[in-house]
Parts: sequence; structure tokens; C-alpha cells
Amino acid sequence: MERIPILTMNEFLLVSIQVDMHDRLAMTLQEDLTNRIVRDRARGVLIDISSLEIVDSFMGRMISNIAAMSRVLDAETVVVGMRPAVAITLVELGLALPGVRTSLNVDRGMALLRSSLAGGGNGHGDADR
Amino acid sequence: MAIRGRSRLSEMVNKHEAGILTDWIKEQLAAVKAADRISESDLRSECQRFLAVFKDALRSDGDDIATAPWSEAREMLADLSRSRARAGYTPSETATFVLSLKRPLFDRLRGEIGRDADTLADEVWHATVLLDRLALFTTELFQKSREGIILRQQQDMLELSTPVVQLWEGILALPLIGTLDSARTQVVMENLLQRIVETGASIAIIDITGVATVDTLVAQHLLKTVAAARLMGADCIISGIRPQIAQTIVHLGVELNTVVTKATLADAFIIALHKTGSSIGRPAKA
Amino acid sequence: MPIDETLPVHSSNDIVVVRQVVRTSAVEIGFNLVEQTKIVTAASELARNTIDHGGGGTARVQSLWNSGRAGLRLTFEDKGPGIPDLELALKDGYTTGLGLGLGLSGARRLSNEFEIQSRPGEGTRVTITRWK
Repeated sequence: MERIPILTMNEFLLVSIQVDMHDRLAMTLQEDLTNRIVRDRARGVLIDISSLEIVDSFMGRMISNIAAMSRVLDAETVVVGMRPAVAITLVELGLALPGVRTSLNVDRGMALLRSSLAGGGNGHGDADR
Repeated sequence: MAIRGRSRLSEMVNKHEAGILTDWIKEQLAAVKAADRISESDLRSECQRFLAVFKDALRSDGDDIATAPWSEAREMLADLSRSRARAGYTPSETATFVLSLKRPLFDRLRGEIGRDADTLADEVWHATVLLDRLALFTTELFQKSREGIILRQQQDMLELSTPVVQLWEGILALPLIGTLDSARTQVVMENLLQRIVETGASIAIIDITGVATVDTLVAQHLLKTVAAARLMGADCIISGIRPQIAQTIVHLGVELNTVVTKATLADAFIIALHKTGSSIGRPAKA
Repeated sequence: MPIDETLPVHSSNDIVVVRQVVRTSAVEIGFNLVEQTKIVTAASELARNTIDHGGGGTARVQSLWNSGRAGLRLTFEDKGPGIPDLELALKDGYTTGLGLGLGLSGARRLSNEFEIQSRPGEGTRVTITRWK
């Protein structure tokens, strides 16, 4: 059955979501991720959504869930690459993505994760260093 | 009776095509004071072309020019409309191309049908309906193309009047000037978000010094833009809030406490530099 | 060329198809990228609701033309249990961010026109329209 690949990027995990997710795929991803966080003792998860043209409430909930589960396992989640049209629509939709930090791209996302792990910063985006 | 009458229009145009053509050209040269804009030979070929497609379409016996048999006629008129608009004709002058065909047609109809008043009336009505619709078609086309031009000019003006400026690495500034209406604000904001992606900026300073008034809608758009930028990983600072605007915002109940605001663009710039790990220093005195 | 298509909405794959058809239609009508994203997202929300709360149903995609303005109208219909308290559902979903309500209120915020008919035991019909 199809699975979304989870890559290791230095000390973090990287998930690149490129397809329309249906329920089973989403559940599988959440399972796989939690397993990998524990197995690799990962401290951070990067979710790359730069390929997504649509993010609806289902996807939003999934991202929030991943962030919540990761936190329980002592890992931080950063969502990167949200497209402008998607960002505008999410705001209009009223979806807040609580507990989820964001960055422009994977590089900046990793920098954010590193600085927050090092300095214990509590900013929500690249700007706070 | 009616059906037999309709097909007579078609056969009649066929029979008298040459005569109709001559009379029609004469009518136009008399009506339109545009002898200097188009040569008689060009006019002749335009009329010939139209008569040919008109004749063809008439065979279908209907009077709805939006249907398939009339598509060639519509196309030809569309071309004509466009080229005439370019040459400076008014929409009425262009419509006259079609309308001036009435007289020659009616003359021939009277000649053919003469005694039969009922049939003559039917045929004249049928011809009038068709020609009126075709003339209106050319007018609508003229309007649409004008609207297209105005829209394009508005877009251009919009882009020119709200440039996004890169102040420093990773720091953008958007100085808003003039009155902001809902539509304009949306376009401007989308543009800012796009530039954030393109330049990889982490801070965007939205300066509203030059904005006269801010109403609820505009304030909401500003806040939505800030929220959207955040989702993309960039922070916004709003600068240049004048006392009156501050009052309006409070009165409107708009919540700005999650947004960093600074009185001047300069202050905002300093903060932005700080946040991105830079600072401005003065050279040491000698 | 007028658009009028009715699609089945029963499975996750159907949601994908609905999104694609709405996207293509929106492009054809001339919506810009943000407008497209909004209506496709609204369609996704409503399609999911139709499956999750309505037991499956249909989605109708129609192009509109009204005094020179082009628009896209989507109608989601199901013969499910219906919604007992519409007002509550719309308000609730927005505040809790969960379930049925967010999809409905979200779709409303993303559209120019929003209409809902629903009665317990009689199914639900939601119609949204976006104008260019």
C-alpha cells in the first residue's frame, strides 16, 4: 500500500506531502512518523507542503495532530513552504494550526528547529532568533 | 405562410445581390462622414463579404443570431468592429454598417412582394429583427473591448502604485499610499505574499503613513495578511499608524495586540534588522 | 461553453475528483489563483461533510452568467440524517474547529453566496456560489 516517505535530514525527519491525502494514508503517516521519532530519537519534524495547492480542514487537523504527537515525544514540528494562495485561504477558513510553527522553506525550517532546541526560543517563525 | 415568407428573404437577396450591394454602399457613404477613413474599394469588399455570409445564414430561416448558422456573420462583424474601433469609428458609425442595409432590402422586398401587405409586413419585420440584432452585436463588442482596455489600465495602475521594496536581506517594505478599498487591498496583499516567497523574506513592514483612513474592511484585510504571512513563516510589522487611525482602530474593536506596530518606518526597520541578526552602527569618530 | 456536471461523492477518491473538476471549471471561468484555491478548498470541505455526515451523495458543478459576471455554483446533496440545529452547527464548528461545523462555516466564508437546507431525516443540500 502506498506510504508517504519519511526522510532523515541531519538530526531531523522530513516529510514531503505531495499528494491528496485520504484518511488511510493520513493515519499511516501519523503512525509511521511516531514510530520513526522514537526509533531515531528525532528532535524535530519538518513537514514540507510546498507542493500542496490545497490545504483543507482535514489536512489542517492532520498537521496539528502530527505536531501534538511529536511534542508528546519531545520533538518539535515545523511546517514549511506554504503557498500564498493556501495561506490566504486558510486564514479565511479560520483554521489556526495551533501549536504549529512555520518557515518559508526546509533550510530555514531546520535553522528554526536548531535554534529553538539550542536556545529554547518560543517564537513561531523564522524571524525570532 | 410565415415559413414560406422567410425563405423569400433569402432567395430575394440572392436574386438582387448586385443591386443591394450598390445601394448599400451608397447609403453608407452618405451616412458616415468617414470618406477619409476608409476607401470606397475597401468598403465595397467589406460589404461584399458581409452580404455573402448574410445570404448564407438567411437560408437557416431563424432569427436568433446566437445560433450556429450565424457564426460566420458574427465573426466577420467581430473583425469589422475591432478594426473600426482601432480606426477611430464611434460605435454608432460601426452599427450603421449593418443598419444601412435596411433601406436597400426593404426597397427590393417592396418590389418583389408589393401587393401582399401581410407578407410584406412579415418579411420587413423579419429583416428588421435580424439587422437590429446584428447591429446591437457590434455595439456590445465595442463596449466589451473598451471595458477590457480599462481593466488592463487599472491593473497597471495598481501595480505601479504599490511596489514592494526590499530594504535589506530578508526585509521587505510595503508603503501603502492613498485610499485603500477592499479590492485594491486584496490585490496588494496577495502581491506582498508572493514577493515574500520570491525574495525569501522573513519580515515584511507594512507602512500606512500615507493612508488617509482605515475602515473595518481594510483593517481586517491587513490582519488577514499578517496572519497569512505568519503561516508562511514571515513576520509583519505595521508602521506609520497615525493617531487618528489608532483611534479608529480601537473604536472599530479591531484587535492588533498580536501584531507588532511601530510609529515610523525607520523604527520598524531597526526592529527588523535586529530580528534578522543585523544592526546599524555609526562609524567611530576619528 | 456552459458547465453542468454532477459527480458522485462517496469515497476519498471522489473528493479528489470533485476538487479536480472544480479546479478545471474555475480556471475555465477565469478565476485567479486565490479565487480558485478558495472555491476548491470550500468544495473539499463540503464534499468531506457529505461523506462523513451525510452518508454520501452528489456534487453538482455549474457555471453561471449574470449580467456580465461569470460565476461557479456548487451544490452538495445527501439523503443523510440532516442537521438538527443549523445555527449551532455553523457557530459551533467555527469555535471548536472540529467536525461538521468548520466545514460549513469555512465554506461560507470562502464563498460569495451560501445556502443550506437541512432537516432531520430529510438529508442536506448546501449550495455555494463564487462570482468572478
